[in-house]
Amino acid sequence: MAETALPLAVPTAVESTSQRHRLFVRVTHWIQALSVLVLLLSGVAILLAHPRLYWGETGAVGSPSLIDLPLPFVLDVPIRGPGRYLHFLAAWVSVFTGAIYVAMALATGHFATNLLPTRGQLTRHAIARVFGDHLRFKRSTEDELATYNILQRLSYSTVVFILFPLIIWTGLGMSPAATSVFPFLATSFGGQQSARTIHFFATSALVLFSIMHVVLVWQTGFKRRMRAMITGQSGNEKERP
Amino acid sequence: MSPAMSRRKMLKTGLGAAAGVGALGAGIAIGDRCGLIPANHRGLYGLSETLTYAGQRLLTTLPSMAREFNRGQITKVPPVNGPAPKTEAYQRLKDTGFADWRLTVDGMVTRPASFSLVELKSFPSRTQITHQACEEGWSFIAEWAGVPLSYILEKVGTHPDAKWVFFFTLQEDWWDSLDMDDALHPQTVLAYGMNGAEILADHGAPLRLKVARQLGYKSLKFLTKITLADRPDALGDGLGSGAPAAGYSWYAGI
Repeated sequence: MAETALPLAVPTAVESTSQRHRLFVRVTHWIQALSVLVLLLSGVAILLAHPRLYWGETGAVGSPSLIDLPLPFVLDVPIRGPGRYLHFLAAWVSVFTGAIYVAMALATGHFATNLLPTRGQLTRHAIARVFGDHLRFKRSTEDELATYNILQRLSYSTVVFILFPLIIWTGLGMSPAATSVFPFLATSFGGQQSARTIHFFATSALVLFSIMHVVLVWQTGFKRRMRAMITGQSGNEKERP
Repeated sequence: MSPAMSRRKMLKTGLGAAAGVGALGAGIAIGDRCGLIPANHRGLYGLSETLTYAGQRLLTTLPSMAREFNRGQITKVPPVNGPAPKTEAYQRLKDTGFADWRLTVDGMVTRPASFSLVELKSFPSRTQITHQACEEGWSFIAEWAGVPLSYILEKVGTHPDAKWVFFFTLQEDWWDSLDMDDALHPQTVLAYGMNGAEILADHGAPLRLKVARQLGYKSLKFLTKITLADRPDALGDGLGSGAPAAGYSWYAGI
């Protein structure tokens, strides 16, 4: 099974040895990374005004919470005022960047070739092998460095197709103007406060992903990976005679 | 590169830049005419403020009614934020049942007027059970009873060029404005009743604004005056509301 899967993956690997990442992937990756960082920091500034999470439509001090986050209540306006402005500025940058990324990815077939798991990768044997390699901290082979393995594809797909849409959806679910036109933005999650809570947890998942992502980039060759995402060159060819 | 080529390139670049500036200018002019430019549209944040406001105004051209709830969903103990002014003047008004209080309506109107609380209560009323979220993150559901703002605006006769409705209160720093889309919206009411009783002092007695499609801070308490104007920067510090000076957005439909 693994042998039949290989030819499917190899062409992309060969194509992309000289150019590991396409220009649109590199540009949108870094803009998105920056906007997510700003969204996170400004989001924390907003959250600190009321670090309690609720389920349903309503919630306030004096009513039962779902979770009391171990964070202080910081009601200083100089923190949350700019936080709010910055959050929406970064959100627009993120949404525009995401839209360009999705349009280009569809146009170039990026999703099918690089992001969605290939049929060969989805076999039990193949998954077990990649999983085992990770558990043993086994170094990737050259071929594997030129394409994404199943765990990468699954996690990147989760971020692109689940986490980002969920964060946008629940963000709009908190907007009284947006829900006045599309009530399901809030009702689909059980209410405005539920949307806020899911917004928080989807963001937490994105933060966890980002930490893992940076750790793995570090572990598998920080310089080469960074060079690939900045210049597009993987550097594989140069190191070969 | 030959001189002719570089000249052509320069010409192209120049024309491109001019077209870009022209398109941006035209975009702003059209946006302004269509009411898509918010009061605080300047600076870096002005860019995203404008995108949010314009985006939501285009969205609310579709049928747009804030969700309404049933009595069972009303929050048992409504939270208080921004309690009643602790001034002698307010206490005196309260002690006399707000008999001396009046709501003035002026500016670009045909028949400037002022209304007593009794008069306002005699006008057609609207009762709605709506959700109000504070920008801090908490929220509650309450029933509000009052006069639709659209009724008052019709009564005083607004000038055709009047596009912005300003609100002033007993508290100097708390003033704000709405565009006509929100001012004429059926769920925008001047509320004197809350949860089946008179509105309490801490919730804005004798009269507060209820804007169902924006965050709580737009629903000003302790109203005293409504002024109509043709420009969002016509009154106050030109930012459309006291909110930007305090660090918040003029538009709070988020």
